[in-house]
Amino acid sequence: MIRILTAIAALGMAAPAAAETVAITGGRVVTMGPQGELARGTVIVRDGRIVSVGADTPVPAGARIIDAAGRIVTPGLVASGTALGLIEVRFVAASDDRGSHNSEISAAFDAGYGLNPDSILIPVARLGGITSAIATPVYDDAPNRELLFAGQAAAVSLGGAPMLRKRGVAMILEMGDGGAERAGGARAGELVALHAVFGEVRDFMARRAAYDRGETRTYSLSHADLEALVPVVEGRMPLLVSVNRASDIRDALAMAHEERVKIILAGAGEGWRVAREIAAARVPVLITPIENSPASFELLGATLGNARRLAEAGVTIAIQGNGNHREREMRYNAGNAVANGLPWQAGLAAVTINPARIFGLADRIGSLEPGKDGDVVIWDGDPLETTARPVAVLIGGVDQPMTSRATQLRDRYLPALKQR
Amino acid sequence: MRVNFGGRDFRKFAGSAAWVACAAMLLGASYMAVAQDFADGGAFPSTYRPLPQAPLAIVGASILTGTGEEIASGTVLVRDGKIEAVGAALTVPDGYQRIDGHGKWVTPGIIDAHSHLGVYPSPSVPSHEDGNEASAPNTAEVWAEHSVWPQDPKFRLARGGGVTSLLILPGSANLFGGRSVTLKNVPAVTTQAMKFPGAPYGLKIACGENPKRVYGGKGRAPMTRMGNVAGYRKAWIDAADYMRRWEKWEKGGKAGEPPKRDLQLETLAGVLKGEILVQNHCYRADEMAVMIDIAREFGFRITAFHHANEAYKIAPLLAKEGICVATWANSWGAKMESLDGIEENAPMIDAAGGCAIIHSDDGLLIQRLNQEAAIAMTAANHAGMSITRGQAIKWVTANPARAMGIADRTGSLEPGKMADIVLWSADPFSVYAVAEKTWIDGALAWDRADPRYQGPSDFLLGQPGQEFAR
Repeated sequence: MIRILTAIAALGMAAPAAAETVAITGGRVVTMGPQGELARGTVIVRDGRIVSVGADTPVPAGARIIDAAGRIVTPGLVASGTALGLIEVRFVAASDDRGSHNSEISAAFDAGYGLNPDSILIPVARLGGITSAIATPVYDDAPNRELLFAGQAAAVSLGGAPMLRKRGVAMILEMGDGGAERAGGARAGELVALHAVFGEVRDFMARRAAYDRGETRTYSLSHADLEALVPVVEGRMPLLVSVNRASDIRDALAMAHEERVKIILAGAGEGWRVAREIAAARVPVLITPIENSPASFELLGATLGNARRLAEAGVTIAIQGNGNHREREMRYNAGNAVANGLPWQAGLAAVTINPARIFGLADRIGSLEPGKDGDVVIWDGDPLETTARPVAVLIGGVDQPMTSRATQLRDRYLPALKQR
Repeated sequence: MRVNFGGRDFRKFAGSAAWVACAAMLLGASYMAVAQDFADGGAFPSTYRPLPQAPLAIVGASILTGTGEEIASGTVLVRDGKIEAVGAALTVPDGYQRIDGHGKWVTPGIIDAHSHLGVYPSPSVPSHEDGNEASAPNTAEVWAEHSVWPQDPKFRLARGGGVTSLLILPGSANLFGGRSVTLKNVPAVTTQAMKFPGAPYGLKIACGENPKRVYGGKGRAPMTRMGNVAGYRKAWIDAADYMRRWEKWEKGGKAGEPPKRDLQLETLAGVLKGEILVQNHCYRADEMAVMIDIAREFGFRITAFHHANEAYKIAPLLAKEGICVATWANSWGAKMESLDGIEENAPMIDAAGGCAIIHSDDGLLIQRLNQEAAIAMTAANHAGMSITRGQAIKWVTANPARAMGIADRTGSLEPGKMADIVLWSADPFSVYAVAEKTWIDGALAWDRADPRYQGPSDFLLGQPGQEFAR
């Protein structure tokens, strides 16, 4: 009986928000969808979904009204350089679930499991306007670097439990300097290993029954890893390839062409040097546009002009944050790309609709369009600016708390200072 | 606090009456009485000389002076590498190069109180890993300037972010990591040619997780925080003993053989004598309080706590002690000791009357310290504090200069100070503002519109991808 009552109470708490109609009125609405920008627009969210966006949209009777006059309204930002939900403190191993060193579970590692919606990193990112993220595995095999793949990324919501939006949105592969180390110390070794692995997966797919009877040749990959790579060789799951050097980018494009797999480039510090080739291959790119130091020999050509040059060549770019605890810096990274020549709209697209499209989520998030999830941020200024902040964040139409553990710490210690 | 002038550096300033007076005061009786110069012994003197320069007038810009003041539309006059005058209604004398600042902003040069440029240069390869002498918990004898690679391409990138001076610290692996060096951010072939003339040395001390992880991980002391503290105290006891031996020899008319020099103890004794400034990597409030107690026990001062994510919890104590706090707005959480970092840390130190600094500790962040200060300022004002731009700019100009012991010469736009100046395309607290021009000692050191100032360092010359500005 108690258990039933608890269940009803839980439903009762969730129900009003989900069934609610919210009208965000009077703001400058930057939809990032076909409607473009509305100088004064209204966004209606019902039952967690956007039902209408427009300049003259009537407010339904009984709707909860959020007055956004003088504010900027955007879609929730989508973080694509992060492991939100998989890590608390890097130096506390038990709190870091970004990767494993189990060599049986390389490609099969699935970030869609083990997610922690109570992570204290999530409210911090949310206060940066981030409502969704691509929880991306990280190799955990240093210093031996034996694993070929880090595993599969998952799309997650930052609006509490359940976090998982979509499993298996990309397979993580490191090429360049790191990939060379994984393959024994040279780039050529990794490319040979990749072709061999994709050959194994195709062989496995053609001989499943024989595999089950133990009648196939011995594969270098575990059963779990073979299965995990099937959607990749079938072109249903993209490989997210971290790579920086121009020549490595060309190798990645050639590998994808030869193996007929879909790829997304990540990093691409020298991407601007091969921007036309990337664009011709219709390959999207995730970048950190502030990376302009020649931090390694694969980044000798890194420049603040990367975002602009890639975009001008017609490449779809998404801009990443500075990782996990510092994911909120994503919007400033986009602002810096704009300061270095990227058009403002393209900067905002690179943290909203572009990552949604790149990871196959654009039917649900990334823009303010009827039918999409009610993930909306209301800002007190330009969302890419250091001097602006969100004043309200809605995920699935539900108001998110505008607090984090950090703001609670602030509020514990600030009053004593103010009394001085 | 006394500033230590090496002989050659002192001569460099001898032409200026103000500097003669200032130096004479600084070279007071107590300094002259002690023959042993614990700070630098005159070794590795600065050979920095300002680049060629002409009288300069920046006219019509919004000016943040670094003293807290904001001038909506003013003029900065520069002559002989020094700030001559700053004001709203100044007449530009004949013969001055005129820079139109209308619609733009002027600030003092950005100063980074915590950098590892040169000691952890790019590319980051093992041959370049020169920032942590992680071979013993106490390496007070090492000097960062002997690791600095002046060809680190990041010096140029930092100029593009308006950085005119930086404190290069050894890393935080050790209880005592060694001496810092203060540099003027000019292109140079030798480190001596970048050394900020007469800047005092600093000693890097590290609290907390790093030393205990580096050495505890090898099964040796320190492996705990109490082990850290025991290591500090033992070293200070040795340093006090060393200093007494020298003083005894000097008071005895320097009869007989002098004590043998010990580079490690010389640095620590320099701290005890107030000649070397303590730059203390320390995150947690409770650990900072312990470090203050150690300083009291041995009679020295801590100049700044660095990183200091929990400084806001003891802001009144730090203000009372006159200890600066060099920290970030955004960085937190990578370690347990940084879990309680908040965006409002620096502003809360400011509100308590303390000395707040935004530092980088990073080769990318150093290029946009103005933005990091903007984030802290914005968060503070959102929380109901009242921080102006004029106040916040001090976090990346005057206050780091103070922590580095060079505030009498740079860090603000005041007559007589070094003409270290940035002309910004817009409000420097905007993400869209870029440093258009940067002057160091009145000489143009960075011009965003002129490729001559954007050339690659020797290392990058002839490497791929240099055809566009970085």
